[in-house]
Amino acid sequence: MSLSTKNMDAELAAKLFELMCLIRRFEEESARLYMLGKIKGFLHLYIGEEAVAAGAIPPLREDDYIVTHYRDHGHALARGLKPNAIMAELMGKETGCSGGKGGSMHLFDTEKGFMGGYAIVGGQLPIATGLALAIKQRGQDQVVACFFGDGAVNEGEFHEALNLAALWKLPVLFFLENNLYGMGTHVERSRAGGKDIFDAASAYKIPAKQINGMDLSEVRETTIDALNRVRSGDGPVFLEAICYRFRGHSMADPSAYRKSTEVDEWRDKDPLESFKQTASQQGLLSAEDVLRISDSVEKTVKEAILFGEESARPPAESLYEHVYAE
Amino acid sequence: MTEITLRDAVSKGLREALDRDDSVFLMGEDIGAYAGAYVVTKGFFDEYGPERIRDTPISESGVVGAAIGAAMGGMRPIVEIMTVNFMLLAMDQIVNHAAKLRYMSNGQITIPMVIRTVTGGGASLGATHSQMFEGWFASVPGLKVVLPSDPYDALGLLRSCISDNNPVIFSEHALLYNITGDVPDEEYTIPLGKASVKREGADVTIIAYSRMVHVALEAAGALSTKGVSVEVVDLRTLRPLDVDTIIESVKKTGRAVVVEETWKTGGFAGEIVSTIQERSFDYLDGPVLRVGGIDVPTPYSEDLEAAVMPTPERIIDAIDNGFGL
Repeated sequence: MSLSTKNMDAELAAKLFELMCLIRRFEEESARLYMLGKIKGFLHLYIGEEAVAAGAIPPLREDDYIVTHYRDHGHALARGLKPNAIMAELMGKETGCSGGKGGSMHLFDTEKGFMGGYAIVGGQLPIATGLALAIKQRGQDQVVACFFGDGAVNEGEFHEALNLAALWKLPVLFFLENNLYGMGTHVERSRAGGKDIFDAASAYKIPAKQINGMDLSEVRETTIDALNRVRSGDGPVFLEAICYRFRGHSMADPSAYRKSTEVDEWRDKDPLESFKQTASQQGLLSAEDVLRISDSVEKTVKEAILFGEESARPPAESLYEHVYAE
Repeated sequence: MTEITLRDAVSKGLREALDRDDSVFLMGEDIGAYAGAYVVTKGFFDEYGPERIRDTPISESGVVGAAIGAAMGGMRPIVEIMTVNFMLLAMDQIVNHAAKLRYMSNGQITIPMVIRTVTGGGASLGATHSQMFEGWFASVPGLKVVLPSDPYDALGLLRSCISDNNPVIFSEHALLYNITGDVPDEEYTIPLGKASVKREGADVTIIAYSRMVHVALEAAGALSTKGVSVEVVDLRTLRPLDVDTIIESVKKTGRAVVVEETWKTGGFAGEIVSTIQERSFDYLDGPVLRVGGIDVPTPYSEDLEAAVMPTPERIIDAIDNGFGL
């Protein structure tokens, strides 16, 4: 399958391809470490959806905010959180980006404007709206990028947040990652309005667009346009990226609700493979680049695992820290 | 000293904060043009404008979530939720997010937010508009829960709530808005987590909060004519809870009654009773008693509703039956 590489030079193509590869390998290794019992709790992998984070997040400005859901490793890596700190967090170590107190679903790095992964479906939408309200109250021009899944759109908080953001013309980019399943329930079995969810935004007069979430360049170009529009002060924009997770909802999911042929069809649209093909055909990515990127990613992920394994667990006295602020 | 109502004390505290700190703003349903369901923000809309006195749609979860986000973004929002009954619609934001974000982020997130709300029954508002859920919120680490019983406490506590860097729930009892009391003209604050002994006594300690403090004081007055000396402790904040003041009083009197307006079953009074047993068992001359709301949804009709509420008579009976006083 051929995609576009509009406005992309070799350097950018290599950088974004590397980011997608990093997310892929990070997640594959996370799955392996989970099976070894080195990562506990819930683990929701981003494998298959890499083009969304790699397309949508790098165009954000350094002082913009990101608020996301519990499938948050890809967003965190795309935002430049240290792989070491993310892996240490998954392993429950004190060097983790949330000090070992958040876990996979609650990655934070406020210095990078990464305001958290949220694990109650839909709960992050009002919070993203509030961050945008703070921006507006102070007369600044940052943007809040709020990621959520198709499962969130049937929550009341989704509708309350869209209404507030549109009513008050707040600078939010509502970014729906529609991977077609809320846990194991297909979007057509959960939403009366059908699978094209971006329509919902029109109820609040929010400009909305549906895009191919497997296409890095399309995600990137659409996001850049959307961010310009949001930053101009006219209120929120809504993007719906159609994508697919190749793995189950979490590591605990045997994926009994979908056929392997369906998964195979989507695997044929693998965002890494298709981007690699297109970029190679267009002379933006050489075989040497691909090898170099592969080596670099392996090294980064290996280092992150080592860092996580060698880090200490949080000390007992940290149990009582940060319940309250001074 | 100036004599003002509790409503005016709250208004005064809000005005001060708006005047002193540009990052403070108010948001809530009908707080602006309408001036607030209980008229606490009268005149604010014209004075401070629609951005700092922000009327919201009826979207409790969205609004509390937006306040959390605004606080994370460096503002100091004060949200009015029209009554504590409606806070159930915002439970996800309050309990799952506001209370936990600082901890889960290892101290990276700060949420300086006050949720003001109106609580309590006694006004014939029926089962869905007469409840008190502060005890539920008080069981959640990460939240602070404050309930003033008079104008002096309301102003002093509100000042502390607004300058606090945590999510705080500040509950104003609907039947206390018009009570009056003296408030010093000079600035003062009351720290969160410090109870107040509203009446000193030697024989029995009554522990109460919000409107029940007044019911307890009435019972204490009546008992004094029988020669029973009652001490009344007003908790003022359920979280942090001033255990030391409770225990000190119980060690002195040897008898304790916890009075609470909400249902007795699962109420916060049970928490206080347990704490007293754990901390001062050897000082007790009898069981620690509870007088609470009757375990039914609050009925509309006046006589029935009155029968649900703790009253001075019920407290006096409990002390008579429990302690023979």
